Amino acid sequence: MKVSRRDLLTGAAGVMALGKTAMAQAPTDPTKVRGKPSRALGQRAPTEKPLRQPRGATSSGTPHQDLYGTITPADLHFERHHGGVPEIDPKAYSLLIHGMVERPMVFTLADLKRFPAVSRVHFLECSGNFGGRGTATDLTPQQIAGLTSTSEWTGVPLATLFREVGASPKATWFLAEGQDAAVLTRSVPMSKAYDDALIAYGQNGEAIRPEQGYPARLFLPGWEGNASVKWLRRIEISDRPFMTREETSKYTDPMADGTARLFSFLMDARSLITYPAYPVTLTRGWVEINGIAWTGSGKIQRVDVSTDGGATWTPAKLQEPVLSKAHTRFRHLWDWTGGEAVIMSRAVDETGYAQPTKDVLIASRGTSSVGYHTNPITGWQIRSDGTVIFRPEPWA
Amino acid sequence: MTITHRLIAVAVLSLTPVAALAQPPSAAGSGAPRTTAPPPKAPATFGIGRPATPAEIAALDIDIGPDGAGLPPGRGTAADGAPIYAARCASCHGKTGKEGPNDVLVGRLPGDAFPFAKDPRAPKTIGSYWPYATTVFDYIRRAMPPDKPGSLRDDEVYNLVAFLLASNELIPQDAVVDAASLPKVKMPARDHFVPDTRGTPKASNRPKGQ
Repeated sequence: MKVSRRDLLTGAAGVMALGKTAMAQAPTDPTKVRGKPSRALGQRAPTEKPLRQPRGATSSGTPHQDLYGTITPADLHFERHHGGVPEIDPKAYSLLIHGMVERPMVFTLADLKRFPAVSRVHFLECSGNFGGRGTATDLTPQQIAGLTSTSEWTGVPLATLFREVGASPKATWFLAEGQDAAVLTRSVPMSKAYDDALIAYGQNGEAIRPEQGYPARLFLPGWEGNASVKWLRRIEISDRPFMTREETSKYTDPMADGTARLFSFLMDARSLITYPAYPVTLTRGWVEINGIAWTGSGKIQRVDVSTDGGATWTPAKLQEPVLSKAHTRFRHLWDWTGGEAVIMSRAVDETGYAQPTKDVLIASRGTSSVGYHTNPITGWQIRSDGTVIFRPEPWA
Repeated sequence: MTITHRLIAVAVLSLTPVAALAQPPSAAGSGAPRTTAPPPKAPATFGIGRPATPAEIAALDIDIGPDGAGLPPGRGTAADGAPIYAARCASCHGKTGKEGPNDVLVGRLPGDAFPFAKDPRAPKTIGSYWPYATTVFDYIRRAMPPDKPGSLRDDEVYNLVAFLLASNELIPQDAVVDAASLPKVKMPARDHFVPDTRGTPKASNRPKGQ
């Protein structure tokens, strides 16, 4: 799942080559050349080529260092899949809900769209979203935390569908099953369905992208991405969890006390400075340090920024509106007068939970947790020549 | 006022309905148009969708519970599983299940230790980490092998499960695996698994745990 430097450099060279070509075609004075006509499908400026970064064939990360604000363009939303991205005919698609229900039912995509819908802005994060475990310093925000993205999701509340089928009040869990080659399954507590779970078919105003579960997916705000089963084909309502492979042999958390956590759904608060960050080179003067913070527990309450390696902290400005379970942009003015510095951010959410240090995580989880739910305070080192590198904190 | 501002002002005026301008202020004094009825309450059900037939439920209902619920008829043994494993699985998981390159499936740790938080080399095999034997059947049948997922017949899956459990010394080499015996296989790691200890995300009861 690692990205080699060569992959990165090759990608960067490709972007530069495209940019040069496009720039060569741009007129010196655009006011003296008639512009292009209207067209059916918009495109990015040819000089802008933000790219996801595939890690093997099963995931790719969002280029946080290239983005502004909080919404992730749908074609840059991270991917993680366990059997490839399936191609599903929306006309043939259906969702079966059965088990502890009064009326087992089948819903077509058109059926799902007839129900009253809601749109909500939420982040989605893979619980394996941490790429800073080794000693490498040439890591971008994309490589550190590319497996989180924020979209406006539109769909039908799962509670509405559960009322439609007459879900038993005695039910405690449901199984969600995908229509991909992994036929991926996860067990989810019924309480989440009655809280804020959605069956989503819209992403940032258009149909969900294939990589995000087209034509319809489960969406569990604030919970680890794996449980928000994509390409959803079936829900079975039950009174016990199913102990699928993904929730037992994977996506469990060995703890320092010799136990392992099952069903650790919640994504805890985390923040990451996305500018300045590797591979940026700073010039002296005022810098607006900024980045993203998010928590599965609700709203970000505060993000503190340090420019002296954690000795002192100052609250950053939070970009309004601060939305629940969504990326929140934070900004902090800093006059870099030269010299070495380490900049860091730490998020505090509305429950009072504070983003932990690496050492706090190790005390709880041990040194070799495979990396699920790894949300440490992360630093960037500014060197005296203005180059910015990731500040590694080796875990072993 | 710049030209641009004037243009906007003209546009806004021209879009304002004349009737709205002529309307007298309401009792509330807001001047906003009044509604005449509250929105309808949502019904208990919307009558959208159709009943599922038993046949279409049966066609999709492939999950296996930890109690063995859903296990199909059939049986398997390690001896019959070995050639299937060699043909369909060994190229990814290694000749004996220990070699990789993909997930290591076979191997126990001395004393069935559970050092996974501290020892990065300890492999999470079926014998060392998987808490339920039923999961092996469920996962192989639904997702394996990746080059032809879902292609194994139930008896082939039983044979593979028997081969993997026997290789992990979880059942005798000559044991028969079927719907009755599989849920009874004791998995060494089972008792190490605990529910999430971080608590629910409410300020009132959120523990400090990580």
